[in-house]
This record gives sequence, C-alpha cells and structure tokens, in this order.
Amino acid sequence: MNLPKIKHSMNLSLTEKLLNFFLLLSGLAIFTIHFFKEMLVPPYEIEETKKQMYDFGLKSLPIVGTMGIIIGFVLALQSYFILEPFGATDFIPASVGISILREFAPILTALLFAGRVSSGIGAEIGSMKVTEQIDAMEVSGTNPFKFLVVTRVIATTFILPLLTIYVIFISLLGSFLALLIEEQMNLIYFFNSVTSFLDLGDISAGLIKTFFFGFIVGIVGAFQGYTTEGGTVGVGRSTTTSVVISSLLILLVDMILVKISMIL
Amino acid sequence: MMDSILLNIENVSKSFDRNKVLKNISVNVYKGENLVIFGRSGTGKSVLLKLIVKLLEPDSGNIFYRNKNLNSLSAKEIIQIRKHIGFLFQSGALYDSMSVRENLAFPLKKIFNLSEKEIIEKINKTLELVGLVSAIDKMPAELSGGMRKRIALARTIITEPELILYDEPTTGLDPITSKEISELILSLQHQLKMTSVVVTHDLICAEIIADRVIFLKDGEIYKEGLFDEIKQSNDLFIRNFFSAKILKDVGVSDV
Ligand SMILES: Nc1ncnc2c1ncn2[C@@H]1O[C@H](COP(=O)(O)OP(=O)(O)OP(=O)(O)O)[C@@H](O)[C@H]1O
Ligand SMILES: [Mg+2]
Repeated sequence: MNLPKIKHSMNLSLTEKLLNFFLLLSGLAIFTIHFFKEMLVPPYEIEETKKQMYDFGLKSLPIVGTMGIIIGFVLALQSYFILEPFGATDFIPASVGISILREFAPILTALLFAGRVSSGIGAEIGSMKVTEQIDAMEVSGTNPFKFLVVTRVIATTFILPLLTIYVIFISLLGSFLALLIEEQMNLIYFFNSVTSFLDLGDISAGLIKTFFFGFIVGIVGAFQGYTTEGGTVGVGRSTTTSVVISSLLILLVDMILVKISMIL
Repeated sequence: MMDSILLNIENVSKSFDRNKVLKNISVNVYKGENLVIFGRSGTGKSVLLKLIVKLLEPDSGNIFYRNKNLNSLSAKEIIQIRKHIGFLFQSGALYDSMSVRENLAFPLKKIFNLSEKEIIEKINKTLELVGLVSAIDKMPAELSGGMRKRIALARTIITEPELILYDEPTTGLDPITSKEISELILSLQHQLKMTSVVVTHDLICAEIIADRVIFLKDGEIYKEGLFDEIKQSNDLFIRNFFSAKILKDVGVSDV
C-alpha cells in the first residue's frame, strides 16, 4: 500500500490546502481498497472484532440515547404546535415516525458516533503508530492492518445500524412522552398510528444507509490513525481530522443515497 | 565459516528524502555471537536494526537471513522469518491498551499453538527472569520507565527467538539494573544459544556482553573489531567516545 504523502505546515496557501484535501481523499480510496483485500484473506481476528463492537456500542449508548429522547420529544412538540390549530394532531405520530426513521435517527446517530468513535479510533491507532506499537505488532508476526484496522471497521459497520435501531425506539418514546403531556395520547393509539403509516421502504431506507455511515466512521478513523506522523502533535491532528472528514462524508453520502432512493 | 553466518548485510544504503542515513554498510552476524553496535545519536543505528526485520527497506543493497534475501521474499515468508527474530524497541513499544500479561501473551498467541496453561507458565517464567512477577496485572502506564524496559525485554525473549535485536536495552536504567539486564542478555546467549545484535551507548553493558563491536560514524562503518581491541584503540574519535561516556557516567558532562 503506497499512500500519497501529505505535507503539514502552519502556513499553506489555499491551493496547497486544496491539493492536500485531494491527496487525503485519494489516500483514503487506496486505504479502502487495501481494506477489502485484507478483509477477505484469513486469518480473521474474530475475538478482537467482537471486543471492539462491544466497546463501541457500549461507549455510545448514553450519548445517542440522550440525543434520541430529546430529538423525538422536540420533533413531536413542534409538530404539535404547527398542526394543533388545524386539528390535525392525529397525524403527528405517523409524520414524526417517518422523519425519525428515514432521516433523523440514522444521520444524527451517525454524526454523534463519528464524534465519539472515529476520533477514538484515530487517536488510538495514531498513538500506537507514533510509539512504534504498530511496528512491534508487525515484527511479532501479526498483521497490524488486520488486527487494528479490519477489526475496527467491521465493528463500526455493524454496530451503527444496531445503535440506530435503538435510537429509533428511544426517539419514538420521546415523541410519545411529548404527546402524552400535551394531549394525553394513549400508547396503543400512538403505536398503531406510527406502524400503520410506515412501510418496509421507510425502514430499509433508513437502516441500509447506516451500514455505509458506520463504514465511513471506521475507515476514516483508522486511515487517519494509520497515517499519523509527527509525534503527539500528529495524534491530535489525526483525531480532529477523523471527526471532520467522517462527518462530511456521512452528510455527502446521505445526500447521494437520498437522491438515489428517490430515483428508484 | 560461511555456514555459521546467520545474517548478512551487503552494501546497504538508506536515505530519508535528502538525508543519507546509511551509506553502503556491510556487516556479517555469526551464529551465537553478541555483536554490539556503537555510534553517536542519529547515525542510523535504529534504522539499521529496522532494516533487518524489514520494517524499513533499503534503497540499495541486500540483506540475507539464513541465506535468504529479504528483498525477494513474499510477505508470508517475511512473517516466517520474523518469528525467529526478536526486536526490543528503543521506546519499549508496549501495547498501552493491554496489561503486562496480555502484552506477553500477544507474541505467543500469534506464533505458537500453545494451550492457555502453557502460555501462563511461559509468562511467569519470563517475568521471573526479568524480576517482575508482581507486575503481571499492571497496565503499561502504571510502570516506571525501567520496569517498562524490562517488560519489553520479557516480551521480546518470551518466544525464544534465535536472533534478538536490542535497541538500547539499558538506556535510562540505574547502573545496577543495567548490569543485571546486560548479564541477562549474556546468559540468554549461553542458555538458549541466541544470537544478539545490541545497539547501545552503555559501555558497562557493552563490556559485559560484546564479543565483537562495530562503530558507526556518519552512516559508515568506522571501525570493527573485538571489544578489547576497540577499547585499546588510539583513534581519537573512539577515545573521545569512550572518555565522554566515562565522564557522563559520573555526571560531569552531557553527550
Ligand atoms: N521514519 C523515518 N523517517 C525519516 N527520517 C528518519 C526515520 N527514521 C529515522 N530517520 C532519520 O534517520 C537518522 C538516524 O536515525 P536513527 O533513529 O537510526 O538514529 P540512532 O542512531 O538510532 O540514534 P539514537 O542513538 O539517538 O537512537 C536520523 O537523522 C533520523 O532523523
Ligand atoms: Mg536509536
């Protein structure tokens, strides 16, 4: 794997910065291809993958849960104030449900996950890089790319959809609470109203993209970590860049996927 | 004599950008010997060790391990060779996220098919060798600098490799521990018939373990010979190196 070299310096011109950005993207593309090559060949580090999944999931539960309940609550409350004058509050559960499922839960969970986990992966692998721990793995007959990168990327790819499902339930609960307070809505009515309007398309449209988002979080963090140079300063740079790049890519991919799903 | 060469470095050069670090270096390492590499800071000693395990690749020249040219081996074959080589990193390179026990188990699990019980036995035995059985459940961050060094040493020798590359095994240790570590390296050579290449600035360490010494200067081999010959040398650079070290050891100057 030959990655393009990026020059870091305090005073780069605008063209140099743009060039760096494209170098970074092309490096990321090469890194991703390398990932698929390494992923397919044994040995598989199953233990380490499980450990990372557990770790990423558990670490993110409190923050995405808190976000979920608030988002659900606020969405329902806002819809209530808009629709109440028209006497159309019956539609709230369905409309809020669709928004949460298709867009809010997937994208917001992914962005928080990027902030929490992409940076963590960037920092961990980055500090292992600058303190020669990756070299040490390599000389002890382990393939560090498999052990560190493949395991973490697989873990983020499969744990984010699960987290999103969790957030969907929590935000629906938040919406229900808001409606319970405003309208004394009963749970059965709420539940029926949400499910009668949703079809499989809404659920799959929301969930399929979270696999892409999870992959982005893992691969960007790992890429930043793996290419860290320049001691602890470099580790700091990798950490922040991981969050910025993965968040941007998540938004970009979301836009593309929404566009594609509208054409289909 | 030819068949007792374990490692054969031939006309190797290595630069980083415009910085020519190693210039046409040739070294033979014989089975069972302890070779010490001396040289001032920044002359490329660590780079030389990394070339031997192919963490870095030479710009030109060849390195043969048991007559196999590292340049022409596949990634799989390189892994096979690395199983026989231990590497003690200058910084220790302990895995921060793993306890001492897991650090020591890591190379064992990756290389050998040992049972859980055998792994535990080996870990205990090796920790005993470096005198740190009590640290088994500590995390690297909880260890002192010298303890880290000894755990790193334990992790390097636990697989009983036939060749060990030590990058400054005693730097930063107190004189007594430093002497103990040097004696440990010597006894490993005798007991397990290991071959060692030791990069060091520590003259006491070198005096204890060195069979042969190589002096690197400005990326070239400046002098090569038995430890005692080198020590008696009238060469000004070498005399300076030795005397500066002696002054440093009593805390007079900082080189
Ligand atoms: N990965 C690298 N990229 C760029 N330059 C490097 C790299 N590794 C080493 N160098 C350069 O190579 C030269 C030799 O470094 P090396 O670490 O081998 O020195 P050393 O002899 O081990 O010194 P010390 O005794 O201080 O450990 C230095 O000038 C260093 O800047
Ligand atoms: Mg060095």
